[in-house]
Amino acid sequence: MSTATQTVEDLAKQEYKYGFVTDVETETIPVGLSEDVVRLISSKKEEPEWLLESRLTAFRIWSKMTEPEWHNVHYKPIDYQAISYYAAPKKQVKLDSLDDVDPEVRATFDKLGISLDEQKRLSGVAVDAVFDSVSVATTFKDTLANLGIIFCSFSEAVREHPELVRQYLGSVVPHSDNFFAALNAAVFSDGSFAYIPKGVKCPMELSTYFRINAANTGQFERTLLVADEGAEVSYLEGCTAPQRDENQLHAAVVELVALDNATIKYSTVQNWYPGDENGKGGIYNFVTKRGKAFANAKVTWTQVETGSAITWKYPSCILQGDNSVGEFYSVAVTNNCQQADTGTKMIHLGKNTRSTIISKGISAGKGQNTYRGLVRIGKGARGARNFSQCDSLLIGDRCGAHTFPYLEVKNTSSQVEHEASTSKIGEDQIFYCRQRGLSTEDAVNLIVNGFCKEVFRELPMEFAVEAQKLLGISLEGSVG
Amino acid sequence: MLEIRDLHAAAGDRQILNGINLTVNAGEVHAIMGPNGSGKSTLAGVLAGRDGLEVTAGTVTYKGLDLLDLEPEERAREGVFLAFQYPVEIPGVNNAYLLKAGLNEVRKHRGEPELDAMDFMTLIRARMKLLEMDDTLLSRPVNEGFSGGEKKRNEIFQMAVLEPTLAILDETDSGLDIDALKTVAGGVNALRDPARSLVVVTHYQRLLNYIVPDFVHVLSGGRIVKSGGKELALELEEKGYGWTETEPAAASA
Repeated sequence: MSTATQTVEDLAKQEYKYGFVTDVETETIPVGLSEDVVRLISSKKEEPEWLLESRLTAFRIWSKMTEPEWHNVHYKPIDYQAISYYAAPKKQVKLDSLDDVDPEVRATFDKLGISLDEQKRLSGVAVDAVFDSVSVATTFKDTLANLGIIFCSFSEAVREHPELVRQYLGSVVPHSDNFFAALNAAVFSDGSFAYIPKGVKCPMELSTYFRINAANTGQFERTLLVADEGAEVSYLEGCTAPQRDENQLHAAVVELVALDNATIKYSTVQNWYPGDENGKGGIYNFVTKRGKAFANAKVTWTQVETGSAITWKYPSCILQGDNSVGEFYSVAVTNNCQQADTGTKMIHLGKNTRSTIISKGISAGKGQNTYRGLVRIGKGARGARNFSQCDSLLIGDRCGAHTFPYLEVKNTSSQVEHEASTSKIGEDQIFYCRQRGLSTEDAVNLIVNGFCKEVFRELPMEFAVEAQKLLGISLEGSVG
Repeated sequence: MLEIRDLHAAAGDRQILNGINLTVNAGEVHAIMGPNGSGKSTLAGVLAGRDGLEVTAGTVTYKGLDLLDLEPEERAREGVFLAFQYPVEIPGVNNAYLLKAGLNEVRKHRGEPELDAMDFMTLIRARMKLLEMDDTLLSRPVNEGFSGGEKKRNEIFQMAVLEPTLAILDETDSGLDIDALKTVAGGVNALRDPARSLVVVTHYQRLLNYIVPDFVHVLSGGRIVKSGGKELALELEEKGYGWTETEPAAASA
């Protein structure tokens, strides 16, 4: 084997450093899913009747659905009756301040580099931390409240702002949308909620940090973000999980509503446990993310997907209003036995709507990386434009890259462009860098980061640095 | 500086170098000439540590170190620089960024502090003038979309920034028009230094009009078959390589 291939391989062998388990007492309900379980979750959360009804409707829809099979990922059938649908750190009932957070849970977030101490944060990012299924802390709440911004856990939003939740929940991703979205709508446990009032520009990044800790549980968060007319917000999401031999299911739903002239930027760095190098364990990440943009509004998705055994997600934009804009910037890495089937849907309905898709897939080890994207331009979307670029980078000779672009254009005044490329990190490129003094590892990082540059520059500064590091770790050992 | 003894090397099962002996002292400029397939680029590749070339016998000592025992990046950090015959394109990687990363590795190795962006820019501005480089080449991806001349100029520019002690120029003249050749040669000459040795691999005598060597060696069949002063290059230009090949053959017969 050549040196170049070996190094990428060594790079890829780097261990997952977030794989620890926190010893915290957890309340978990027995495995299995039925109407009774849905009722139990709802009652544990002391939810209003309308939300229970909504869950039950979703459950009935889900019961009649079958799991999708069109994707290009392979896994053993999931036994939905072997999963516990609710887990929560036991101790506290109600949190009055950050000091009430279980010290173990707090220590976990510290270990992950997420400080929940407001005064310690220099960068001014408000964090909502979700541990297993429950939101444990939200920082900077008061500062935000002065501007009329609501940023809290989903459960709290249901209690404190039921009218907003009721108005927008399911308005972008209906219960019947797909198998995993229906499941989520029936059993979702918690998540984050944010509302930015008219004309307000959110002064700091809002961030949710998700952590799965308990074994044999699924994590089903629900995130709802509403930017009222002319509002602006940038939102970050990060996730990790312990290293376990069993696969764990994560089926989240994120809904974004950008009313007239609003701007939402949603960035994800997804680093769920990917399984070991033989493909044992890891998170099944089946996520539905969608934003609706009204007139002149803009929805931007930026994602860096390095974790999970299986990634199945298509952050999408419904460009409903005239002149609305949708953007999707993605880096997806699959190493070892990871599989990813990811991409986006841009649904152009309004006139002069514009969308941009930049997708960068990196495959190493035996990783399989699929880009799947739909650009649909409706009859009424006169003057709509789309530009798509899908690039794949292969490291080593046992991985794969696949691209499935779908285009549906129903009027003649639109422009759609699609560019695609596949390249391999060449040994001559690595040698060139080494001849200039760089180690093989640095050379690979340099080339990979260069490949992802167009996406990284869309990330908020702090996140971009984290993403670059993460990419280095994910690929560590993948070249030799 | 550099001591090559009985160097044999193969690419796959093809034996290319068959016993090279060469001594290069500090400050000297040696030209390696020879016809296609004589092993010139292989020699340059072995010295830089290129993958896929296997040293089957012999030794190379550089500044008292066993050069062949070092990884390519260790050689680079010790001051070995190869100006590539075919500089590689690296899409998405900024030309200046790669150079800064390389320079800082070299500096770290020498125990010097790393340069920040400001100091680095000051340094490279000065070096760019030397090569009459266009500013835009700095911010473009490494070699991507560069013309043949720009690529070669970029190689010598990198050399000017990295300040190696042993520079190997692998057919730096190929693909250059006469004006570009003069600029590149001017850059190389400006870098001549009593502490720096140059090994200039070339096909044609033309380059040696501008970079005047102290010694000229003719490579044939993986061996140095003739060595001499700069006038040897002129003789070769006149008589062709066939002339040198017949001589050792006669000698060994």
